[in-house]
Amino acid sequence: MGEIVVSAMDLCKVYCMGEQRVDALKSVSLEVERGDFVAIMGASGSGKSTFMNILGCLDVPSSGTYLLEGEDVKGVSGDALADIRNKKIGFVFQGFNLLPRTSALENVELPLVYGKIPHAVRREKALAALSLVGLAERADHTSNRMSGGQQQRVAIARALVNEPALILADEPTGNLDSLTSVEIMAIFQKLNRQGITIIMVTHEPDIAAFTRRNVVFRDGRIISDTPVRSQEDADEVRRRM
Amino acid sequence: MIEFLMSLKIALRALRTNKMRSFLTMLGIIIGIASVIAMVAIGAGASKIISDQIASVGSNILLVLPGSRTSGGMRLGHGSTPTLTYDDAKAIRKECPSVALAAPVVRGAAPVVYGNMNWSTSIMGITPEYLAVRDWRVEAGRSFIHSDVESAAKNCLIGQSVAENLFGAEDPVGKIIRVKKLPFTVVGVMDAKGRSPQGGDQDDIVFVPLPTAQRKLFGSQFPNSVGQIMIQARTEDELSRAQNQVEALLTQRHKIGPGRDVDFTVRNLTELMAVAEESSKAMSLLLGAVASISLIVGGIGIMNIMLVSVTERTREIGIRMAIGARRKDILLQFLTEAVLLTFIGGLIGMALGVGGARLVSVIFEWPTLISINAIAMAFGFSGAIGVFFGFYPARKAASLNPIEALRYE
Repeated sequence: MGEIVVSAMDLCKVYCMGEQRVDALKSVSLEVERGDFVAIMGASGSGKSTFMNILGCLDVPSSGTYLLEGEDVKGVSGDALADIRNKKIGFVFQGFNLLPRTSALENVELPLVYGKIPHAVRREKALAALSLVGLAERADHTSNRMSGGQQQRVAIARALVNEPALILADEPTGNLDSLTSVEIMAIFQKLNRQGITIIMVTHEPDIAAFTRRNVVFRDGRIISDTPVRSQEDADEVRRRM
Repeated sequence: MIEFLMSLKIALRALRTNKMRSFLTMLGIIIGIASVIAMVAIGAGASKIISDQIASVGSNILLVLPGSRTSGGMRLGHGSTPTLTYDDAKAIRKECPSVALAAPVVRGAAPVVYGNMNWSTSIMGITPEYLAVRDWRVEAGRSFIHSDVESAAKNCLIGQSVAENLFGAEDPVGKIIRVKKLPFTVVGVMDAKGRSPQGGDQDDIVFVPLPTAQRKLFGSQFPNSVGQIMIQARTEDELSRAQNQVEALLTQRHKIGPGRDVDFTVRNLTELMAVAEESSKAMSLLLGAVASISLIVGGIGIMNIMLVSVTERTREIGIRMAIGARRKDILLQFLTEAVLLTFIGGLIGMALGVGGARLVSVIFEWPTLISINAIAMAFGFSGAIGVFFGFYPARKAASLNPIEALRYE
């Protein structure tokens, strides 16, 4: 079908906590095509966070290979990893993680600042990303004056603004009520329909139902990887609520 | 690396967020810089006073004073006997090759009268050489010439303070004043010389020709004696040679046998003054050093607060790293913040230091010299303190693990 964005082969991650050896990941392999929308599920301690950290180039595997858009990230320096995160990956966190006392626009601009994009282009791109999540008119609001849903939408705009190959969302609806969660999922679905690849960690099966493919982790292994047979339409669900 | 302006903006925002804390942190640097600048200015002022005094005394000066004399088994003190004479001065001038000028002087005090005004002042009998040695010029009228001395003329030169007190706004030149009832014509008014190294008013003086003073004002049992002889060496290098020549000549002239006490003393004034200047320089250096300690303490305060700030903003650092900040960007961000703190503190401290120095010179009438060098140095120093004490916290921030930083509560 499409081009492979994420290709993980036999990823292992071992942590040494004092005397104890913890195998967080035991030979995990996963391929994600461009335009896919994957939900990663599993209990806490199942290894999904470790897996996400490796996909996000925040961490490196103990063994195995991880190709992002065909590029091997093994042996890449810290600065080069920072550049990969900056250009190819957009993060959305459970706790929103916006900079406090900073306007929405400046928060969205931040990846472009580190990407050394000129000032004028930066502003234009950030405004475009904000209007994509429906917050163009709140560009100058600071994050502490926004609701959780609005903050998460700013965070999504920030993840989008560099046109990354991959958006990684770590329980993006974990801190939101169900109505707002569905609204956020509607935004993700809209972006996904525009061809953006999204990998999302979630605990909730009804949130996972908005994605195209569900991968379940347990004890550091993938135990199931199933396409979603009937993907829920978030806009539809919202109208029913 | 991100643009400098952007990191400046980020740093400014961080400082504004904690205004009170930023100000208190700066306070150490403010006090440090202010005290360095004020202390250096005050010290430089002290040095200037001393070097001005040296200039007012004249350069390359030796002073010959009459010494003790043994009389009937009693050793009398310094200056107790008039052992120096006008002829000694003439001989020194003639026979000591390293001596440029020898100026014999007698001193006394007497009231001077003009019209219905009177004023008690010092009277000095001098030759034109004295004014040359002291590099002292007349402001109005004429100076002494040799004929004044040779003819023991009843002419006089008056200092600024005497002119003010006797004549007020009137022009003294050509007027007659009475010294010990003798009439003297004022031929000139001296330039203002200011305070002497001992603090006396050098302008409170009347100069008369030496023979006039010896014979007509301060007649004594030793008619040709002088109070002291001021000597100017040809160059600074010849000062000690001149001293040796004068000592040898006077020993011979006064017929003092080997092993006997000499009846005069030769003092190297320039050397004494140089010592005073050195010690004032050492003093201002000491003041500056004490003040710099407060700068270092201020720097430690900055390091302390920056460490707290790094811990507080661990999550922010994690976010920045996750979205693509390189370690260098984080390092620069915190370093900029520290340098900005010291820089702003340095600016305020500079203003306070300059103001404080001005205040000291107004209140205590103490001249202060604010040198551009001291300001530039204080500024550079505060920047260096920012970099030095900001580097460790900034490196700590830059070396955080992004995953742990993101998870930090």
